[in-house]
Amino acid sequence: MLALQRALSLQGVLGINKRNANFISRYNPRHLYPLVDDKLMTKSLAIEAGIAVPELYSTIRFPSQLKHFAAILGAHQDFVIKPAHGSGGEGIMVITSRSKDAFRLVDGRLLSEEQIKHHLLNILGGMYSLGGHPDSVIIEYRVIFDPIFEHVSYRGVPDIRIIVFLGVPVMSMIRLPTLASGGRANLHQGAIGCGIDTATGRTMTAVSKNSIVNEHPDTGAPVSGIKIPYWETLLQLASRSYQLTGLGYQGVDFVIDKAKGPLVLELNARPGLNIQLANKAGLLPRLELVEKNIAQLPDIQSRVAFAIKHFTSSQSV
Amino acid sequence: MNRIHLYGLSLALALCGLTLFIYKAFYLHFPLSPDLTSSAWTIETSISFTARNEPVKVELFIPKNTARVAVMDENFISRGFGLTNETDETNRKAIWSIRKASGDHTLYYRATLRKLGSKKKLVTNKSPIIDAVPFEGPEHLAAKALIEEIRARSADTLSLCTELFKQLNRPRYEQHVALLLGKKSSPLKKSQLAVRVLAQADIPARIAHGVRLVDSARQASVMHWVEIYDQKSWLAFDTQTGLQLNEDEYVTWWRGDQGIYNVMGATRVQVKIALSENQEEAINTAIAESQATLPAIFQVSLFNLPLESQSVYRVLLLVPIGALLMVILRNLVGITTFGTFMPILVALAFRETGLLWGLTLFITVVSIGLLIRFYLEQLKLLLVPRLAAVLTIVILLMVTLSFITHKADIARGLSVALFPMVILTMTIERMSIVWEERGALYALKQGIGSLTVASLTYLVMSLDFLSYLIFVFPELLLVILALILVLGRYTGYRLLELTRFRAFAEGA
Repeated sequence: MLALQRALSLQGVLGINKRNANFISRYNPRHLYPLVDDKLMTKSLAIEAGIAVPELYSTIRFPSQLKHFAAILGAHQDFVIKPAHGSGGEGIMVITSRSKDAFRLVDGRLLSEEQIKHHLLNILGGMYSLGGHPDSVIIEYRVIFDPIFEHVSYRGVPDIRIIVFLGVPVMSMIRLPTLASGGRANLHQGAIGCGIDTATGRTMTAVSKNSIVNEHPDTGAPVSGIKIPYWETLLQLASRSYQLTGLGYQGVDFVIDKAKGPLVLELNARPGLNIQLANKAGLLPRLELVEKNIAQLPDIQSRVAFAIKHFTSSQSV
Repeated sequence: MNRIHLYGLSLALALCGLTLFIYKAFYLHFPLSPDLTSSAWTIETSISFTARNEPVKVELFIPKNTARVAVMDENFISRGFGLTNETDETNRKAIWSIRKASGDHTLYYRATLRKLGSKKKLVTNKSPIIDAVPFEGPEHLAAKALIEEIRARSADTLSLCTELFKQLNRPRYEQHVALLLGKKSSPLKKSQLAVRVLAQADIPARIAHGVRLVDSARQASVMHWVEIYDQKSWLAFDTQTGLQLNEDEYVTWWRGDQGIYNVMGATRVQVKIALSENQEEAINTAIAESQATLPAIFQVSLFNLPLESQSVYRVLLLVPIGALLMVILRNLVGITTFGTFMPILVALAFRETGLLWGLTLFITVVSIGLLIRFYLEQLKLLLVPRLAAVLTIVILLMVTLSFITHKADIARGLSVALFPMVILTMTIERMSIVWEERGALYALKQGIGSLTVASLTYLVMSLDFLSYLIFVFPELLLVILALILVLGRYTGYRLLELTRFRAFAEGA
């Protein structure tokens, strides 16, 4: 047990307690949380700053608006339903097509309009929001992911998570949906996390639950060595999101759309720690290095350059 | 800076708590374990009467705190009567009154009497006034003759009294005594006579009434004795034997010529005194004793609270212990549960039901609740009405369970009512959401985890010495607070993280 503990701290693995005490509570002022907890607010913030996000089709704030559901949807055939205050990907529903009164979900299920409305009411009632507060619904553009990920994802959209500390992208991974995760890009639901070498933008080994994998469990395709498109842009966008929100320690989630390129999906003020497993590297040394050198890194260019220089992984392919 | 501040504060809190604890335990000799016992008596006095549809006023003498006996945990059952207490130098009275009453009534007074260790004689410097009714005519002469007679055979007040009682208790009375006592003599009458005779001899004396504190009795009889003022203190004499009383065996109820009660507006008055001895924690005696000697510091003792609040605090004081355990289990071990403090509340309920029954009842209610919740899901209810519906169903389930177990003669089943129903409801709701979002296995795992933590919390909170210590020494809460504060800055790995990040160690 003690040996295990020593091994972890030797590699600089960041634990939840230390993350909360030394990084989140120190660098993330509480009054800034609403900026990222409310996805609507994040969206408008990003749009103001000229950062691309999935297009917002509509919002629903009150149950009474559901009477005009058809009008709200308009001509959109495919879209994503999200709770504005959801966390951990809960309550998200991806609709890929619809007929007169049936909606096809990304996992193949067919739902009636009644069932969709019930889900919307649950979101409005606060089923997925922190503390059960009444919430609003976001209806937005459904991302069509870049074909480069076609062989390494099952049904859903892979997303890229970059941890940004004081504007420096310190660690990244791509989350690949699997059959087990029900097409969602959430690690705890069974998606694969695959580390990305900051210097090259290439994927490395992947982790599924807590074990290392080399191939996608459903497609059998190798997950390592994929070059993430727009990598440099992603790093710069990630760095900019620090100026956007002021949160010192945050996770930025991107998707890469076939047509629109990188889009910011959401920001997270309490990003998870599994990214360390996916990268087979501890966060702590990187965070401490940034803390030490931040005075010499005044702008996005220098911060991204610093990340590329220092956070390259030895196990990169 | 922050760190120094935190550790300084924690240290100060812990030191404060520990200092008070050590002071109480080693200087005031509060027992450290609940095993030590000493005896106390529960007395219950009932006064029943038939009211005559007019204003009723009931006066009943009740015992007073003395250096020998502490009267504690008093309880009056008044049944609609107004109640006041009246205390004068010698006596204490409970006075019940009501504007109008009819029919049979019974009022109760209950208290616990604890003997205090004090062997000191009460010194009264002020010489008491002799106010006994003087004799007149032939009685005066008889008394005078009697006094002369016994004075001739005694040297001091003490022996004079002994001689007097000897005279009063002869199988055949002497002529003076016979005249004074009249035809029917009783211990009470003899005591009253003794007081008057002594008054004529200029010896202050008074009559006292009480019960013997030796054994338990359904219906204890009131004893009467005479107290004589000699050399600045009162000495008690048994009227029957003429010997000095061992006052440790008696509790004085009231003094003077009146009867134990005085009732206006009612007839058929009957007073019953029941007495039972119970062994109880020595702490109570320690408290009672120190209250007499160190009043200031014990104003903050929880033992000064009414009995009901005491039992509330006995439970409440355990909550911080549970909270500390929760901090350890969540931040040091890394277990997740449904709701942060849900396990504590469930553990509190377990205290009433017992662990096995508690688990059975909890699992029964939650699983049936979950089934119904899944059914409700099909009705597509809005969130808050759905929660309200689940809450109502939980209560219905509790009623049904109580009913069934009552019919089956399982007394413990009734205790299901003690479960915090809102917690049950939220557990059902969250479990069903987790069930849908992450699958049955995960939901069951988290449910079992919560119950394990609750059971563990229950086991810790039901450690007798712990609950005793924290109640007798509530200042230990400061130590717990200090521990919680220090743990609040624990930034090391959680135990479960070690397995989560196991891959790192393998690679190393």
